[in-house]
Amino acid sequence: MKVSKLVAAGLGTLAGVVAVFLYPTSTNRPAPGQADGNGSSASSGAVAGSGSGSGTGSGSGSSGSASSSSGSASSGSSSGSGASSSGSSSGSGSSGTSGSSAKSGTYTGDVVQTRWGPVQVEITVSGGTITAARAVQYPHGNGRDEQINGYALPILEQEVVSAQSDKIDAVSGATVTSDGYISSLQSAIDQAFHA
Amino acid sequence: MTTTTEAPRRAWTVQVMGMPVSIHVRGGNPHGSQARDAVERAYATLRDVDARFSPFRADSELSRLRRGELTLAAASDDLRLVERLCRTAVERTAGAFDPWRWRDGFDPTGLVKGWAVARAGELLREVDGDVLVDAGGDVLAWSRSGRPWVVGIEDPTDRSRVLARVPLLDGAVATSGPAARGAHIVDPRTGEPAAGVLSATVVGPSILWADVAATTAVVLGPAAEAWTSTLHGTSGLLVLAGGRVHRWANPT
Repeated sequence: MKVSKLVAAGLGTLAGVVAVFLYPTSTNRPAPGQADGNGSSASSGAVAGSGSGSGTGSGSGSSGSASSSSGSASSGSSSGSGASSSGSSSGSGSSGTSGSSAKSGTYTGDVVQTRWGPVQVEITVSGGTITAARAVQYPHGNGRDEQINGYALPILEQEVVSAQSDKIDAVSGATVTSDGYISSLQSAIDQAFHA
Repeated sequence: MTTTTEAPRRAWTVQVMGMPVSIHVRGGNPHGSQARDAVERAYATLRDVDARFSPFRADSELSRLRRGELTLAAASDDLRLVERLCRTAVERTAGAFDPWRWRDGFDPTGLVKGWAVARAGELLREVDGDVLVDAGGDVLAWSRSGRPWVVGIEDPTDRSRVLARVPLLDGAVATSGPAARGAHIVDPRTGEPAAGVLSATVVGPSILWADVAATTAVVLGPAAEAWTSTLHGTSGLLVLAGGRVHRWANPT
């Protein structure tokens, strides 16, 4: 159960990604079967590398197993109906916790062909939780496609990173004023690269 | 800080809109005139937005609107655009972000900053190389080289420290805290200072919407944690009162 939830989350992630590509197909009247092909391969191939046996969620995705909000995404994409927005809420799954026994590591899904090009998704599992899901391959049609890649989970620092750090390029924090800036890490970074 | 094999890099810092804004160019020709001219235009845009949309300048277009000397219909295209974006923000946040209710009258300051930086960013797109803009703690960046910019997220309990970091290829990182600029963020729905979130960082494609979402998360307080699951196509981090950290990464 836990494992299937985990897998469903992974499927939802991929389906969410694929649904973005599928969305225009419903308006452009694609060749019959194209959307179906995309969708079903998305559902079955999502976490092919997981090897965790239990069906790798093969059915759960396409049947909209309702194990989570990812169900709507999965069914949307496999039917080609293009419910792109419905799939996105499945994202909560990617940071959700699950006590499954899935081995920690990185799993790469099958390459899914879409009319815009190949899409391939990779998930990272750590301590039974999907800590990251990202497209490792995606079409390069226009610059905005890269945003489908999504944004990485912030990496918690394992040790104190102070103003002497050379690992970072900028600091995001509550708005600094000019007074605060003088003593801030950002000012140290900026000064290092001035002129 | 740099090693010998790294791409050439240059940074500028200017105080504008009441905050230090730094622009970094990495790779390409950061010391050439193309980069310099684009950077100058970017700063000029920020100064222009400040002159027109600052509520602290009596002669700004916004101040005239606020005093009733100017109607929205007669306002500039930009001001009307900002007003529309503010209405969208109210809708998207169910009123947790409301430029009409957090201070006297209509004050879009919380949205104008992100909007202005996005505009300045458009002017910087012509620069060869990788570009990063840090506007008082909100970051907009892209990488043509494929090497990500690494953005540290400040520890709200010790601002000399970095709590986490996030690699950024193309997008924005915005952070809000309840004590930003020394003034509390007020919940426009209650009029009370927001509490429960020490800082909220949102990573997403748009600096404007990342900034609005980060502010909203602070306003929402304890409800922010669940709310982050609705932020499609973003990742981020909340530091909750008590120090617990909540992270998320939602697909598009």
